[in-house]
Amino acid sequence: MSNVILNEIRKGFYLDSVALMRISREVAASPGVAEAALMMGTPANIAIMKNAGLLKDGKTEAQGNDLILAVRAESEAAGRDALAAAEKALDKPKTQGEGAEAWRPRSIAAAVKSIDGLNLALISVPGDFAAAEARKALSRDLHVMMFSDNVSIEDERSLKELARERGLLMMGPDCGTAIINGAPLAFANNVKRGGIGVIGASGTGTQEVTCLISEAGGGISHAIGVGGRDLKKDIGGITTLMAIDALDADPATERVVLISKPPHPDVAKTVLARIAKSPKPYVVCFIGAKSAELPPNARFAATLKQASELALDGRPISKGYDPAAEAKRHARRKGASKIEGLYSGGTLCAEAQVILAGGGRKVASNAAIPDVPDLSAPEANGRERIIDLGSDEYTKGRPHPMIDPSVRDDALRAALKDPSIAVILVDVVIGYGAHGDPAGHLVQIVEKRGSDAPLIVGSVCGTEQDPQIRSAQARRLQDAGILVAPSNADACKLALALVTSG
Amino acid sequence: MKLIEDANKEAVKRILEGEPKLIDILPAREVLKGLKEKMILHAGPPITWDRMCGPMRGAVAGAIVFEGWAPDLKAAEKLAADGGVEFHPNHHFGAVGPMTGMTTVSMPLFVVENTKFKNRTYCAINEGLGKVMRFGGNDESVLNRLRWLRDVFGPQLAKAIRALGSIDLKSITARGLSMGDELHQRNLACSSVFLREVAPTLARVVDDKEQLAECLAFIAKNDQFFLNLAMPMGKAMTDPAKGIKGSTVVTAMCRNGTDFGIRVSGTGDQWFTAPVEMPEGLYFPGYSEKDANPDMGDSAIVETIGLGGFAMAAAPAVAGFVGAGAPSAAANFTRSMSEIAVGQNPEWTIAAMDFAGVPTGIDVRLVVETGIVPLINTGIAHKEPGVGQVGAGVVKAPMGCFTQAVRAIAKELGVS
Amino acid sequence: MSDEKKSPVQKLLSTEVKVLNVGLEGFVKDLKHCNIDVVHVDWSPPAGGDPAMATLLAKLGV
Repeated sequence: MSNVILNEIRKGFYLDSVALMRISREVAASPGVAEAALMMGTPANIAIMKNAGLLKDGKTEAQGNDLILAVRAESEAAGRDALAAAEKALDKPKTQGEGAEAWRPRSIAAAVKSIDGLNLALISVPGDFAAAEARKALSRDLHVMMFSDNVSIEDERSLKELARERGLLMMGPDCGTAIINGAPLAFANNVKRGGIGVIGASGTGTQEVTCLISEAGGGISHAIGVGGRDLKKDIGGITTLMAIDALDADPATERVVLISKPPHPDVAKTVLARIAKSPKPYVVCFIGAKSAELPPNARFAATLKQASELALDGRPISKGYDPAAEAKRHARRKGASKIEGLYSGGTLCAEAQVILAGGGRKVASNAAIPDVPDLSAPEANGRERIIDLGSDEYTKGRPHPMIDPSVRDDALRAALKDPSIAVILVDVVIGYGAHGDPAGHLVQIVEKRGSDAPLIVGSVCGTEQDPQIRSAQARRLQDAGILVAPSNADACKLALALVTSG
Repeated sequence: MKLIEDANKEAVKRILEGEPKLIDILPAREVLKGLKEKMILHAGPPITWDRMCGPMRGAVAGAIVFEGWAPDLKAAEKLAADGGVEFHPNHHFGAVGPMTGMTTVSMPLFVVENTKFKNRTYCAINEGLGKVMRFGGNDESVLNRLRWLRDVFGPQLAKAIRALGSIDLKSITARGLSMGDELHQRNLACSSVFLREVAPTLARVVDDKEQLAECLAFIAKNDQFFLNLAMPMGKAMTDPAKGIKGSTVVTAMCRNGTDFGIRVSGTGDQWFTAPVEMPEGLYFPGYSEKDANPDMGDSAIVETIGLGGFAMAAAPAVAGFVGAGAPSAAANFTRSMSEIAVGQNPEWTIAAMDFAGVPTGIDVRLVVETGIVPLINTGIAHKEPGVGQVGAGVVKAPMGCFTQAVRAIAKELGVS
Repeated sequence: MSDEKKSPVQKLLSTEVKVLNVGLEGFVKDLKHCNIDVVHVDWSPPAGGDPAMATLLAKLGV
């Protein structure tokens, strides 16, 4: 029988017996504890505790209005830990009952004070206020996912430093997507659970990779967002490095995919050096970079699709889909030869540039990858445009096109009328946070196009389990004559094949 | 900021450790140091005659006649207007008073001692409902009742209290909370429990049977009798929390019908004032907003210790009475007040909220940060003196008091 | 690994997420749909949107 008995008395401290019993039960269940009780020091209670062998030397000085904390444990240390846990439970203000359902806290402080177990703050308040709210959350030991953008880089750095100091994850600012333990945060999809962890500096990149993996039969452990600027020199990859630590230590994660725009070279060096120390295999997708000097446990992916395939250990995605064969079935519009990309997803837009430029097309973009000219630059003249409709110039004062697809309408109508355009390339992003029926909206805009309108090629980023249902969205597009590829990369390949064939 | 957190913890600790007990009833002149003839103590922060609202002026005139400083009300008003009486807040003399809060030399006052900190506070005896001086009433019936309180009721109840030694106010409050009182707009349970505690002793000490019956009936007929005990109890608990450097905890809230004032621990006796707001609530038949006077009284001291609006969840019936919505929503009042409070009072719990303690220790920082101002349950006075109560409602403490207090504390701590 | 030795991030990855949503209310519906515990903050700009006061409060430790 264990024999360390620890007693503590709180003078004049009252708590109702139901609450005390609950805490007693929790404490008694701690490791190394044989028995524990928290009781008011009434004579009857003292007798009970004495009989249970919980009182040191069989006695106590406690009075009726004093609280006795008593633990019998296997070791002094286990007993002390249990007492400390009991103290903590006592000092926590009581949480409130079911009626609290209708009540909404007005501040992070109040929420943390009155509701048990909160561990993550999802912050999407306007950028001017976001940093202050994140600071409040971090200082109350909440991890933060910050969807808000327009946060200064100085604030981002100081928030991430604060988070690192406290051992907390600071995902974002401008973090569109994360999945923690199956919880979809902001724009995320209902993906299968499994052994692949994702670290994403981009929202739609993470969405495309997690969806392709899930639809191909793989599963996701966690997808940790880090925010688009995490791998810039000013931030130095603070969150990425913490995410690597976490996924390395996470038993559910077998391998990891890292997705980002090409990092600052110094930061890339640090991150890759850290990956080299990991016992787990990594897939590194610096979208827009041609290659990277990787350690032996990492493989480079040029596209999101390739990253997904490597994460699945080479299992091909969209097996049997042949863009060239598909292209032969569709006649290109006479006299037209250009592709126009109209994207709602930023990283899908970047992947399109990688594939089209890789296929020899001369493209320009408002969200250009390295080696692709910006749309506003003189050398962009006459090039094919691959437009990210989610970037600032389109979303000032408007919701993101993934929430409100009508942001794309004008550009779509203009492209349909442009005689030089042979193929319009689009994405349809579904999942939590996204528009309820983006395919339906797209179809409304294009269904009355004439027979000699440009071909429309697209893909649906999402899963069968998503509220909008991937296959239903795809069918909606197909019924309107839109060519639907199984991934954005395949859609880009189809577009290439359509403009280069015959 | 650690200094502030520690200071606030200390302030709340002192509030919670208080042991307020009713120990006596004595004439004001015997217990209030510095109180003199032709001096009138009123509710709220300092105010001059020219800025007083109607009911306050009516009560002042009545008090002057009651004390014999003028032969009639007209002469009394002239005396007041000509500067013939001095005005001071009750709070400057360790006292509190509901609504107009008149305190003058010959009025009998409850004496409450916080035995933990040995500080004392005072409050006049509640006059009952109807035409009363606290609502500005000043006719002969009002003055006659005050005379009876002075000559009969006060001395007789005092004998009973002395015979009992003291009466513990905190435990009556705890019981009242479990019986549907929030101790501002509803004191029915506490008043009844109080009567139960004093009645046998009162019977022993009062010789004249008729007088005894009158005294018992006076308490029994006045549902708000205990308010005038809850108030000095509140002040007795918050006074020891005054003057803790850096503390942002509110130690007093009160209003004089013109201004709302608060005091904050870290700034000691300084008042932060802003124009008082109109209560929002329900009116007795025949009255409406048009008749209402802006809010007044020192009674908001009870909210300062977590009662009244802060304890609305204990008194769902009051939520309906003051027009604050469905009784089932009463708990949300208390929950939102807990957002601006530093802690809870483990001795004063609310059954309907799984025995959560009433929110205690209003932090001016949290008020400004959240935009949630303290909500005070209040009676609504008619704006004409002497008409009395015309409704009940909830009044918001004006934000201006709290922003001033935050700036003052910041300045005090050298933060800008 | 025992729970005490886990870093806060590891704890996050190994327990149920309980989200405090501060901002867009739409996220609440999605999380509830996935049976994730979520509490929505009825947020408004701190200090009534007065940035100078909000900064002062932050310095005073709110």
